[in-house]
Amino acid sequence: MLRFLASRLAKGVVVLLAIAVLNFALIRAAPGDPATVMAGEAGAADEVFVQQLRERFGLDRPMVEQLGIYLKGILTLDLGFSYRQGRSVASLVGERLPATLLLTGSAFAISLLLGTALGALAARRAGTWADTAITTAALLFYATPLFWIALMSQILFSLKLGLVPNVGYETIGAGYTGLARVLDILHHLILPALTLGLFFTALYARMMRASMLETAGSDYVRTARAKGVSPSVVTRRHVARNAILPVVTLAGLQAGQIVGGAILTETVFAWPGIGRLMFEALAQRDYQVLLGVFFVSSAMVVLFNLVTDLVYRAVDPRIQVGG
Amino acid sequence: MTFLRRFARNRGALIGLLVLALIVAAAVAAPVLYPTSPWRMVSRPFMAPFALERFPLGTDALGRDVAAGLMHGARVSLLIGFVSTLVALLIGVPLGAVAGYFGGIVDDLCMRFTELFQTVPSFALAIVIVAILQPSITSIVLAIALVSWPPVTRLVRGEVLSLRSRDYVQAAITVGQRTPRIIFGQVLPNTVAPIIVMASLMIASAILLESSLSFLGLGDPNLMTWGYMVGAGRTRLIEAWWISFFPGLAIFLAVLALNLVGEGLSDALNPRLAREAR
Repeated sequence: MLRFLASRLAKGVVVLLAIAVLNFALIRAAPGDPATVMAGEAGAADEVFVQQLRERFGLDRPMVEQLGIYLKGILTLDLGFSYRQGRSVASLVGERLPATLLLTGSAFAISLLLGTALGALAARRAGTWADTAITTAALLFYATPLFWIALMSQILFSLKLGLVPNVGYETIGAGYTGLARVLDILHHLILPALTLGLFFTALYARMMRASMLETAGSDYVRTARAKGVSPSVVTRRHVARNAILPVVTLAGLQAGQIVGGAILTETVFAWPGIGRLMFEALAQRDYQVLLGVFFVSSAMVVLFNLVTDLVYRAVDPRIQVGG
Repeated sequence: MTFLRRFARNRGALIGLLVLALIVAAAVAAPVLYPTSPWRMVSRPFMAPFALERFPLGTDALGRDVAAGLMHGARVSLLIGFVSTLVALLIGVPLGAVAGYFGGIVDDLCMRFTELFQTVPSFALAIVIVAILQPSITSIVLAIALVSWPPVTRLVRGEVLSLRSRDYVQAAITVGQRTPRIIFGQVLPNTVAPIIVMASLMIASAILLESSLSFLGLGDPNLMTWGYMVGAGRTRLIEAWWISFFPGLAIFLAVLALNLVGEGLSDALNPRLAREAR
């Protein structure tokens, strides 16, 4: 187990380094002097600061040396400095990260649980009205633009019906502490997490249904039925447990999508996470923050992939992932 | 003929095709029905939909016609959807073919590269690319293509890997055909069917991606797009829901139609698989 973890972590570090190189390439792909690009547009940069940037990133030195300096910075968690906010990018991102982890984590859990449950139900009742309803709903939600469904549910559930708060992470100025604060945050979390999770719920439901139907036709399921195992045990132990594997694989691959979706959800619901930070940085063309958020969100995906690998092993002990 | 008949038997696919045809018609008819720029203010702001015949879908916060915006937006969505998918195919197909055909270390290198792009959160990467290159139709197409090619590479690689050991490919190698000719003449033509299916689904996600970028303010500033319209209506959501509602509905219909067509194509091109999935 430890060896498995170590090999996965090593792979994650390699991926992160590659992403850092990509980041480096991106900032140099910008038209014009990279130092001015890094400083941000709209007159935010004065000549002294631009000169500082040139020296710090060694922009007058060869490209390879520049890359070395950049990677060394990343290794010490130095993601650059936001001139516009007057703070280091690492501290800005660090402050916003918990909110995003909470949102994406909840959406991930909701969609995986709900999606597999609905997909399994649809497969068990294949051909009935329940199946038709679930399949149709999944098809529709799969095509819905996330930012639009977020806006529409914001109008309906909070502005018109008043069921949940409109925007934000907690009630500002209420001064809740302890359990009251946790409940307040959860109350704010419901709508963003559900809208973010909806698309993925639809995706996993479709996948689970197809996977269940495929598994149900296999020989070992027929054998289990023939030897008199009760139908519910066959469904649970033989079919569902095997059918869920491709869904978990897919969920791991989709982790980046959830993080991307969080940018839109956080923008609509003013959820104070790194996605909202990215949106704010976008308006100001604060490239240092944009690239910082991009790097950290990539790191989150690596983390999500690690978690799904662990879940994978828990669900199916036969599989020796990566050895 | 059998392909057409199989496609026509799928009711969802036919509905999708119909909706898609309507959107294409809207895109074609836009300059005829609304010859003036969709950015022009034509009436009082915040006119409710269905109230006046001249503005069936109402007007937005600046008195611009929502219906005109929708029809002009259809042009942009379809154009970006098609072109960026084409560019993604141009990156993904050759890379997948090379990886699958040559195998070994070439395959390893290609696939590690692909995996890297698949790990990166694609929407965040697209945002960074468009922001750095400045929003324009070129940078948006490039960004969407750069984040959408990895699944193509994986698909083509898998197909090529299994086709490579077929007798006719081995025969072509034996008679001494040159490698590029084998890849383009013998192997790739047999991967066309799954690529077409994937491409139709990719156009759908490209449209979603483009509208999400425009929603965040990263659209081409000269073009009226559906995503921009949803974003622009955001601040006046309570008084004027229609400004955001209709363009969002248009995105939804376009994506749904393409997904339905894609599924129909998949079933029609691959009847054996379709039967198994039922």
